[in-house]
Amino acid sequence: MSKETPQVGLFVTCLVDLFRPTVGFAAVKLLEDAGCNVEVPPTQTCCGQPAFNAGDRPSTVDIAKSVVTAFESFEYVVAPSGSCAGMLKKHYPTLFEDEPVWAARAEKLAAKCFELVSFLSDVLKVETVSASHDGSVTYHDSCAGLRELDVHDQPRQLLASVTGLDVIEHDTANVCCGFGGTFCVKYPEISTRMVSDKTAAIVATGATTVLAGDMGCLLNIAGRMSREGHDVSVRHVAEVLADMSDRPAIGAPADRRS
Amino acid sequence: MATSHTFRANSRGALDNAQLQRALGNMHRDFVDSRGRAVGEMPEYDALKADARAMKDHVLANLDFYLERFASACEQSGGHVHWAQDAADARRIILDICKSKGARTVTKSKSMIGEEIAINPYLEQGGLVPIETDLGEYIIQLADEPPSHITAPAIHKSKEDVAELFLEHHGVYGKTRRLTEIGEMCDEAREVMRSKFIAADVGLTGANFIVAETGATAIATNEGNGDLTQILPKTHIVLASIDKVVPTAEDGLTLLRLLARTASGLELTTYNTFSTGPRRDGDADGPEEFHVVLLDNGRSEMMAGPLREMLRCIRCGACLNHCPVYKATGGHAYGWVYPGPMGAVLTPALIGLEKSAPLPNASTFCGRCEAVCPMGIPLPSLMRHWREREFSEHRQSMNARNGLRAWSWLARRPKMYRWAVRFGGRVLRHRAGRAGRLNRIPLASGWTAARDMPSPEGPTFMDQWKKGTRA
Repeated sequence: MSKETPQVGLFVTCLVDLFRPTVGFAAVKLLEDAGCNVEVPPTQTCCGQPAFNAGDRPSTVDIAKSVVTAFESFEYVVAPSGSCAGMLKKHYPTLFEDEPVWAARAEKLAAKCFELVSFLSDVLKVETVSASHDGSVTYHDSCAGLRELDVHDQPRQLLASVTGLDVIEHDTANVCCGFGGTFCVKYPEISTRMVSDKTAAIVATGATTVLAGDMGCLLNIAGRMSREGHDVSVRHVAEVLADMSDRPAIGAPADRRS
Repeated sequence: MATSHTFRANSRGALDNAQLQRALGNMHRDFVDSRGRAVGEMPEYDALKADARAMKDHVLANLDFYLERFASACEQSGGHVHWAQDAADARRIILDICKSKGARTVTKSKSMIGEEIAINPYLEQGGLVPIETDLGEYIIQLADEPPSHITAPAIHKSKEDVAELFLEHHGVYGKTRRLTEIGEMCDEAREVMRSKFIAADVGLTGANFIVAETGATAIATNEGNGDLTQILPKTHIVLASIDKVVPTAEDGLTLLRLLARTASGLELTTYNTFSTGPRRDGDADGPEEFHVVLLDNGRSEMMAGPLREMLRCIRCGACLNHCPVYKATGGHAYGWVYPGPMGAVLTPALIGLEKSAPLPNASTFCGRCEAVCPMGIPLPSLMRHWREREFSEHRQSMNARNGLRAWSWLARRPKMYRWAVRFGGRVLRHRAGRAGRLNRIPLASGWTAARDMPSPEGPTFMDQWKKGTRA
């Protein structure tokens, strides 16, 4: 393994895999542009959060073991999601109280696991990207990225280098959008109120695009935006940083495919 | 009496209540702004937080010692200490003291623990008249409602609601004008309450903390009514749970500094009052008798497991004030005494998970509560603890359980998982057509009732990657 070429295992995340492959390709492009060698282990599925947050610890432990096994040979593990990266980094090490060998393996994985944008900024020291985006964007801080992994300044710094783009902050950027995994279907009325507060704050900025770093939030915000009839594009921040914002936005009609 | 098990129905009512929604919106903004400013102006906040946490952890690890220390110091200064195992014990002890003094009226200073043991209805049944003296608590006593917030019990009431309640209840004191200004409402409440303070036989207060070294109890209030409650009546009863003990007065001051900034955005609460025993010779004022009722009510059981961390709570309310779920529903939806994230952790411990299972589930785990907690309590992890208990005791619905089980089964079988995701993605794309989104999905109405579901862009990432697609 060459020291000059960081070896990265990409944890695609289940939502990117199913809903938004563009984010996976954007992640690969950003990592390769920054000099990494990227591999995508084929046995990956999901990080196990649905089970973890539903209180099903036995299933969580089993899923975590397969993720550790699939990724522990890499120098770095990177996910285009604060929530999934937070699961690997902060929660996996807490799962193996009675299994010291696994606990140690989980700790080792946690130490080399990163959320995509903070990995680019903090580890690879990327300061600029070559991308352009026409118009203003507002950035939603996804909860796990913000509060578990301190992802806040990094996406804003990289966005500042995108030609033609300005960021207009909404004053509730650090407030949850109401997704919360199964929360949004367990308590749909409360979730709807939360996401409506979020879309109202986004629309009030006048920005034409909202960006975030987690597909859960993005699906939720995009779904509410279109139901309310707003013409605001919803995208993962990696798409813009990788200069892929010519593709239709999340939940937008497919007729503008380039 | 608890309605925590019907949280979802309660929350729907709250979401449809426009006046409540206005009040919650204002409260949320004010509390978040003022706490942010107050903490931002305190460079030593993190250090203070670490000190407070270490102090409280030390006390919890040595709780027997500090409680005994407190009891002997309190008795040395002439106070009486009573040990109550549960709410029923505490209620009985308090009523017995009142009866032994031939009391008729009891003034009370705001105390969540008084709510926890439901002391008011018990005193009324026993022939006494309990009078709440904290303005917010007084308002909801007139309205015959429980508090909706642990530091601002009447936060759900508008100015107009209060004017209406005063008009209805203050006629007997010759007050018959409908008030419109908050200042005049405060004046009227003060006037009505003054005679009650003077007439009261017993004053009942809670405690923000109790001091092992000196046997003192302390309360922090912004109105001063708590002081009149504990100084004017001949008998002062303090009701405190066992987790309130701190080693020294200085440790208490650490808590007071954190409490004020995180609870209300003040540098220090307006009145911080220590009570040590009854009035001594030469004292200007104070009660003739001083009683402290130390209540366990489930705390000992919490000591054993991960819930022990919850016993660091100082009831500042910051987790409620920053919680987007509390902001949407208000406190009454939580169905018992303690709402918001701290309530979602505490309520199952105090009244049972079977009566409150929805509460630990009513969180997106956004983590804001833990981030603002001055005592560093990992509230989301503790809510997850209850979800794990719920799962292991098979309390979830069969549908939820089976769905989760099927998904977990797939997630551990990459080939089957790939196939299922490929198939599911195709169905979603087919149904969405060129619209790019779906507005109705069978079995997913929880999502689609109020939002569309964006369609998958195309084949899954893993399938495209396998075929060699790279962008």
